[in-house]
Amino acid sequence: MTDTTAPLISFSDVKKHYGEGSARVDALRGVSFDVTAGEVVGLRGPSGSGKTTVLNIVGCILAPSQGELRLAGEPVFAGGRWLRDDLRRLRLEAIGFIFQFHNLLPFLTSTDNVALVLQLAGQSRGAARRRAQELLDYLDVGHRRDAFPSQLSGGEAQRVAIARALANRPRIILADEPTAALDSQRAQVVMDLLRRVAIDQHAAIVVVTHDDKIADRFDRVLELRDGLLV
Amino acid sequence: MNLALRDIRHNIGRFLLTCVGLSLLLTIVLSMLGIYRGLIAESLTMARAPGVDLWIVETNTRGPFAEASRLPGDTREAVARVAGVTEAGSLTFQSVETETAAGKLRLYVVGSEPGRPGGPTRLVDGRPISQSRYEVVVDRSTGLGVGDRLRLGRREFQVVGVTAGQVSSGGDPVVFITLRDSQKLQFDLAPPAARRELARGGGEATSDIVNAIVARVNRDVPVAGVADGVRRWKHLAVLTQEEQETVLSRSVIERARRQIGLFTTLLLIVSTVIIALIIYTLTIDKTKEIATLKLIGAPDRTIVGLIMQQALAMGAIGFTFGVAFILAMKDGFPRRVVVEAPDVAALGAVVVVVCLVASTLGVRLALKVDPATALAG
Ligand SMILES: Nc1ncnc2c1ncn2[C@@H]1O[C@H](COP(=O)(O)OP(=O)(O)OP(=O)(O)O)[C@@H](O)[C@H]1O
Ligand SMILES: [Mg+2]
Repeated sequence: MTDTTAPLISFSDVKKHYGEGSARVDALRGVSFDVTAGEVVGLRGPSGSGKTTVLNIVGCILAPSQGELRLAGEPVFAGGRWLRDDLRRLRLEAIGFIFQFHNLLPFLTSTDNVALVLQLAGQSRGAARRRAQELLDYLDVGHRRDAFPSQLSGGEAQRVAIARALANRPRIILADEPTAALDSQRAQVVMDLLRRVAIDQHAAIVVVTHDDKIADRFDRVLELRDGLLV
Repeated sequence: MNLALRDIRHNIGRFLLTCVGLSLLLTIVLSMLGIYRGLIAESLTMARAPGVDLWIVETNTRGPFAEASRLPGDTREAVARVAGVTEAGSLTFQSVETETAAGKLRLYVVGSEPGRPGGPTRLVDGRPISQSRYEVVVDRSTGLGVGDRLRLGRREFQVVGVTAGQVSSGGDPVVFITLRDSQKLQFDLAPPAARRELARGGGEATSDIVNAIVARVNRDVPVAGVADGVRRWKHLAVLTQEEQETVLSRSVIERARRQIGLFTTLLLIVSTVIIALIIYTLTIDKTKEIATLKLIGAPDRTIVGLIMQQALAMGAIGFTFGVAFILAMKDGFPRRVVVEAPDVAALGAVVVVVCLVASTLGVRLALKVDPATALAG
C-alpha cells in the first residue's frame, strides 16, 4: 500500500448476495463509495440493510459477489476473486476492528490482549508490552493494564479493545456499533478517540451505528437502504 | 505468549478438575495393566520359587499346575540317580479350605521334603520346618504369624516360619508342610470312597503319591540331555523350567491377556472419546475468541496450537495424576498389582496419541469458525 493520494477504502459497484434460488438474499445491490485518510465516516441504515456486510467486505473476511475493492489504491478484490493470498496478514497489519462488544480474550490481561496482536505481527515480547502500555495510557486505561476483561467496566473494556485495534497502526479502522453498549458520556469519549486516531495516524475510519448519541460526530454519513446507498 | 497456558491458568480450577477426572480413567487403565502383570507374576511364583531346572510329572500331562499329575513317591530316588542330576525333591500341591479366627481361608498347601528342593525359601520370620510332624511355614498374606495354630484337615499345625509374596496362580496364600503331613492331608481330604479304596489297598504304601519331582542339574551338563535321560521312563513326562513357565503363561495368562487386553482397549477408546468431547466442548466455548483471533489476523497455527497444547497438557497432567494414584493405591488391591515402567511409558505414549487424535475434532471445528461471527454481536 504505497499510493498516498488514493482513497484508503474504495468500493466500486460492489454487489453481494447470500444463498441461491428461492433462498437468495441480495444484501448489497451495487454500492460505491470512497473513504480517504483522516475521514471518520458513519454507516447507517435500518436493520438488514447491509451495513455489516459492507464492513465484512472491507475487512476482507467476506468476498463480494461482484465489483471491486481497493485498499490504499491497491486492488484487493476484483474479477470475482481475491488478489492477495495473505488476507490474514493484511488484516493484522492494515486493518483494525472494533466490535459492539469488546471481544477481548478473557484469559489475557489488558496489556497482553494488546501485546498479542503486536507479537503476532512479529514484535518481540518486550517491545510489544511497552507499546501496549503506551497505547493503554494513550486511551486512559493505563491503570487497568493488569486487569482481566471480566474485571473491566464496559467503557474500559471498549477502550482496551480500541487499543488493540490501533496496536499495529492500521490505516483502516472498522467499527461495528462501538458505542451501543456505552452510556452517552462514554460514547462521546470513544468518538473523540477515533477522531484523534484519524488525525494522528491518517487513518480512514468507518463506524456502523444506529446510535443517535453520536449522529453528529461524523465527517460524512452513508445511508444504506435495501442494499443501496441513498 | 502461550495462549494455551494463559487460558489454562485463567480457568485453572475447571482445568484441574477435568484432569483429575481423566486421571481416574487412566488409573483404571493402569490398574488393569497392573493386575495383568500381577497375574503373570503370581502364576509364575510357584514355578519359580523352588529354583530348579527340571519338573518331572505324570506322563502325557503338563502338570503339576496346569494339569493334575500323580506319581509314585519312589520316583524321586530314580530321578536322583540320573547322571547330571545333583538334587531332587518330591512335591505335593493341594488347595485346602480352612477356618481361622479371621474367617474362612483358602490355602494352597505345598508338601516338600525338608532339606530337598521345593521347600520354603527366604523366610521373613521364624525358622524352617525341622520336625516332620505338624509344623507349617505360612505366607504373610494368610495373616498368621509364628506361634499361631492352623487347622488343616483333621490336624492342628504350629506356625514356625513366615514367607512373603508366596501365592498360587489363583492368588491363594501358600503354606508349606512336610511331604508326609501333606500325604496324610491328601488322604484325610479324599472322598470317602477313594479313601476306602486306598485303605483296602494297604494304607501307607499306596498313599505314597506325589504330584511332581523337581530336580537341579549340574551346571556343566546340558539340561536338555538330562531331560532326555529321564524321559526314558515311559510313565514320566519332563518339563524344563523354561517349558514349565511357558505352559503357565499359555494356560493361565493367555486368556487373561485377551480379557484384559480387550478391556484395556475399550477403556482407551472411552478415554479417547471423552478427551475428544472435552476438547470439543472447550473449543465450542471458545468459538467467539477463535473468531476474534482469526479476524485480527492470527494464523491458523496459533489457533491449532491453542487447542492441541491444551489437549496435550490435559493428557500429561491426567497421566501424571493417574500414575501417582495407582502407585498410591496398588498395595490396597486384594491381589498383586505390578506397575512396570515399560507399561507406564507405553501408556504415556498412547495418551499422547489419543490426545492428538481427540483434538482433531476440536481443531476441525476451530478451523471452520467464520471470522465474521466475531462481528455478529
Ligand atoms: N450469512 C448470511 N446468510 C444469509 N443471509 C445473510 C447472511 N448475513 C446477512 N444476511 C442477510 O443479508 C442482509 C444484510 O445483512 P447485514 O447483516 O449486512 O445487515 P445489517 O445492516 O448489518 O443489519 P443489523 O443492523 O441488523 O446488524 C439481511 O437481509 C440478512 O438477513
Ligand atoms: Mg449488523
